[in-house]
Amino acid sequence: MKIALRVLIRAAICGQLWLAPVVLAVIETYEFSSPDLELRYHQLSQELRCPKCQNQNIADSNAPIARDLRVVLYEQLEQGATDDEILAFMVARYGEFVRYRPGVDRNTVLLWAAPGLLLMLGAVGLLFHFRQRPSARSTDLTEAEQAEITRLLGEPRD
Amino acid sequence: MIPELGHVALIIAFVLAIGLAVVPMWGAARRDVAAMNMAPSLAVGVTVFVAVAFALLAASFLQDDFSVAVVAANSNSLLPPIFKFSALWGNHEGSLLLWVLILSGWMAAVATFSRGLPLVMVARVLSVMGMVAVGFLAFSLLTSNPFERLLPNTPLDGNDLNPLLQDPGLIIHPPLLYMGYVGLSVPFAFAIAALMGGRLDASWARWSRPWTNVAWGFLSLGIMLGSWWAYYELGWGGWWFWDPVENASFMPWLMGTALVHSLAATEKRGVFRSWTVLLAIFAFSLSLLGTFLVRSGVLTSVHAFAADPERGLFILIFLALVVGGSLLLYALRAPSVASRVNYSGVSRESLLMINNLVFTVSTIVVLLGTLFPLIMDAFSLGKYSVGPPYFNAVFVPLMALVMPFMAVGPLSRWREDTTRRWLHELLVPGLGVLVVAIVLAFLGSDDFNLWIAFAVLLSGWVALGVVKDLWRRIATGVDGGLTWRRLTPSFIGMTLAHLGFAAVVLGAVVVTQENEERDLRMAVGDVETLGAYRFELMSLGQQAGPNYLADQAVFEVRLDQELIAVLVPEKRRYFASGQIMTEAAIDARLWRDLYIALGEPIGEQAWAVRLQYKPMVRWLWLGALMIGLGALVTAFDRRYRSQRSNVTAAQSGVAAVAG
Amino acid sequence: MRAKRFIPLVAFAVLAGLLFRGLSIDPTELPAARLGQPFPDFAQPELNSGRQISVSALSELPALVNVWATWCYSCRVEHPYLLALAEQGVPIYGLNYKDEPVKAREWLAQLGDPYQLNVVDKEGSVGLDLGVYGAPETYVVDAAGHIAHRHVGVLDEAVFQRDFIRWFPAAASPVVAVGSEGEQ
Repeated sequence: MKIALRVLIRAAICGQLWLAPVVLAVIETYEFSSPDLELRYHQLSQELRCPKCQNQNIADSNAPIARDLRVVLYEQLEQGATDDEILAFMVARYGEFVRYRPGVDRNTVLLWAAPGLLLMLGAVGLLFHFRQRPSARSTDLTEAEQAEITRLLGEPRD
Repeated sequence: MIPELGHVALIIAFVLAIGLAVVPMWGAARRDVAAMNMAPSLAVGVTVFVAVAFALLAASFLQDDFSVAVVAANSNSLLPPIFKFSALWGNHEGSLLLWVLILSGWMAAVATFSRGLPLVMVARVLSVMGMVAVGFLAFSLLTSNPFERLLPNTPLDGNDLNPLLQDPGLIIHPPLLYMGYVGLSVPFAFAIAALMGGRLDASWARWSRPWTNVAWGFLSLGIMLGSWWAYYELGWGGWWFWDPVENASFMPWLMGTALVHSLAATEKRGVFRSWTVLLAIFAFSLSLLGTFLVRSGVLTSVHAFAADPERGLFILIFLALVVGGSLLLYALRAPSVASRVNYSGVSRESLLMINNLVFTVSTIVVLLGTLFPLIMDAFSLGKYSVGPPYFNAVFVPLMALVMPFMAVGPLSRWREDTTRRWLHELLVPGLGVLVVAIVLAFLGSDDFNLWIAFAVLLSGWVALGVVKDLWRRIATGVDGGLTWRRLTPSFIGMTLAHLGFAAVVLGAVVVTQENEERDLRMAVGDVETLGAYRFELMSLGQQAGPNYLADQAVFEVRLDQELIAVLVPEKRRYFASGQIMTEAAIDARLWRDLYIALGEPIGEQAWAVRLQYKPMVRWLWLGALMIGLGALVTAFDRRYRSQRSNVTAAQSGVAAVAG
Repeated sequence: MRAKRFIPLVAFAVLAGLLFRGLSIDPTELPAARLGQPFPDFAQPELNSGRQISVSALSELPALVNVWATWCYSCRVEHPYLLALAEQGVPIYGLNYKDEPVKAREWLAQLGDPYQLNVVDKEGSVGLDLGVYGAPETYVVDAAGHIAHRHVGVLDEAVFQRDFIRWFPAAASPVVAVGSEGEQ
């Protein structure tokens, strides 16, 4: 991948699909000094949101600003910047908005913790549910009641 | 004249819908049989007049009546007739009419197939659906009249349908999706009717279950088609983007998945009753919420309709009335006594609970992620974006969590089971899958891919559970022979859907992990390779379509010298709008797709070209197709067909006959 | 036990309130990330004189910094209003964004020059440091040299009176200019 010709095609929709999208392709030629940089370029360009063409990441957007940001991304990668440094650079200029993967901060901590918290809450709820409910083995219904329920609901086959 | 007639038909439908919303409901409250008996006729009446309005709007499109605003804005005289027809729902006003048409279609279906149900129930169900219809007809008539004329300034020709929508996939995707979206109004109406009547029993679950499965099946098919369309039409080979509009259709699907499973327990065992009612309300509420999100402009999305806060306000008020009213009714009327059926922690019930927990959490998480930017904005906490990296990071583990239980579910027993029996059934197949997963992961690519190993393991596990269950049912015939008797439609449907889910997971993981892609400059005669495939650009040319001119490139693809495909990607320029569209060329096989898209010409003779190799991408849609068809198949189960004759039995809850 | 059944209703009420609030928010509007920070330093030529200038050239504060270009149609719409503002004594600095200096000078000769001076930003690097994503954009730089406000799109009388007047109390209603949305 020493001098790999890299042409990027971006069939892009900018604007609203039902209204008037511009479906164009943007072509760029980048020469990455290593395949690793190329991979990171792809990942980062897909995680950065275009500030102009707001429905798209900068990899897919054909807005001029997206093109500029791709150039910046490429240059910074080649200069040896880390992912964090690049993200910080972008966020300083365009705000948290540009990150499709929101960073963890005071506002987003709930967003990231939500799945785990909800699962735990649910699991605890289910545990209590089984605690409260007498299990089938130790039924506290009288035999007559049990028979009545069986009669009402029928005994399913499986 | 035709548009005016259509408008009148829509107004008549509106009036009839008001009648449907009021009269049978009043009749149900007063036990007035005559009033209740009017429900089916009123429902059919609404359907007829909405259908007339729809047909007249379609006629306006087909006749190129550009004096009608939506026709002028979304059609063109050069458009092929089939796209003139589908242009009807390629816009806000027309798609809303389609919404109402499908809603009334569901009403008519309920009116037709529920003759054997108690009159009070039928009256209430249809009346609730009538209320929903009133809201949407009012929305259409008051804020989004599809028959509005452009007089006297009638344009000579129309603006054309967005080229992205000039595609067979877009002819059927919206109707199918709406079948699902709107179909969830049926279980919703059954839930509300049951709450009103104070009777949430097994028979209620029995009645609403086939409708739920069918609606959910259509929703699955609709989402699948949308994903497939995006894959081949948008030109970059993606199949799911976590766009707010996609999420809007995905949330009702996730909630519907929980509902379908919860209803199974409610029907068979009479458990989870108020939870099931709540899920039915939520699932339809999320449909309505999706409609709001897509049409109000509160979120930025690739394919939102024209944003209009006034329309947004209308839907929001409607949403508040329908959902708020339902939840209030739930709060007041849901059974306060917990169901008295006992089951242990090791039982099919508890496995279904885990399903419900995971899918409910998934729904909430998708909802939270979708609305998060709005929440931050509303409290002036800054502008945030929540995109695919977030959703993938949280969604994948949730799905991975539910899959281990999926294999056990179908094998498990209601009420009480033992882990020993589960182990006995699944230990050997489980170990087998484990070995296969590890071997395949090493074989599949040069280096070990943990993700693929994991996906094979989980999908194989689910598939094996299903197969084991299938075998158990077939092999228990008398005399040790085979029997097909126990393969009921509901069992076949469930089996299909579970296998489909496993296929979707496997396809998604493999195509994400092993996708190969090269962006190249190619001139005639150039040869490039991608994996083992050789791509040769043979020629460049031009081809005129009915309403566009296309640049074409002809590629020959060879594998070991053997010609396996000739692919012709296009770059189209549409006359009416001047828009340029990439038309990808795809060689689709079960195990892999080859995908070529044209970028832009570079100099005189060369083009920028993107070549992609996408292993197992078909499994996504085949799997989703199996899920959707499986859900539809369950509705043919005999125990639902015999609803009519079984009513009395069902009412007392003794109808659990068929397996 | 009963109260538990109201949880979904309450949750929905919160959601509905949020959605109602959402109707009056424009999701596409982006506040400047640089708000409250010093105007980023730069080393670029001035459009007319050609001499190298830096941020210290923005000497008369508070002032407007207007991002414009000859390829930007909305900038032409906005231009008369900028002239009127300049006449009212509002200092305006121009950032000629990704443009041809020759064309830009022609434009100013033809349409009038409301700017104290113009920073030539041919590559868009100053724009990038500012967080510009299109033209026209107009920034307020306050007396301390900090970015105090950003407006994306055409600046007109209504916008100025609503969002800008507090930094320029002396600028009484100049003219009525008609505007439309920004582009690029």
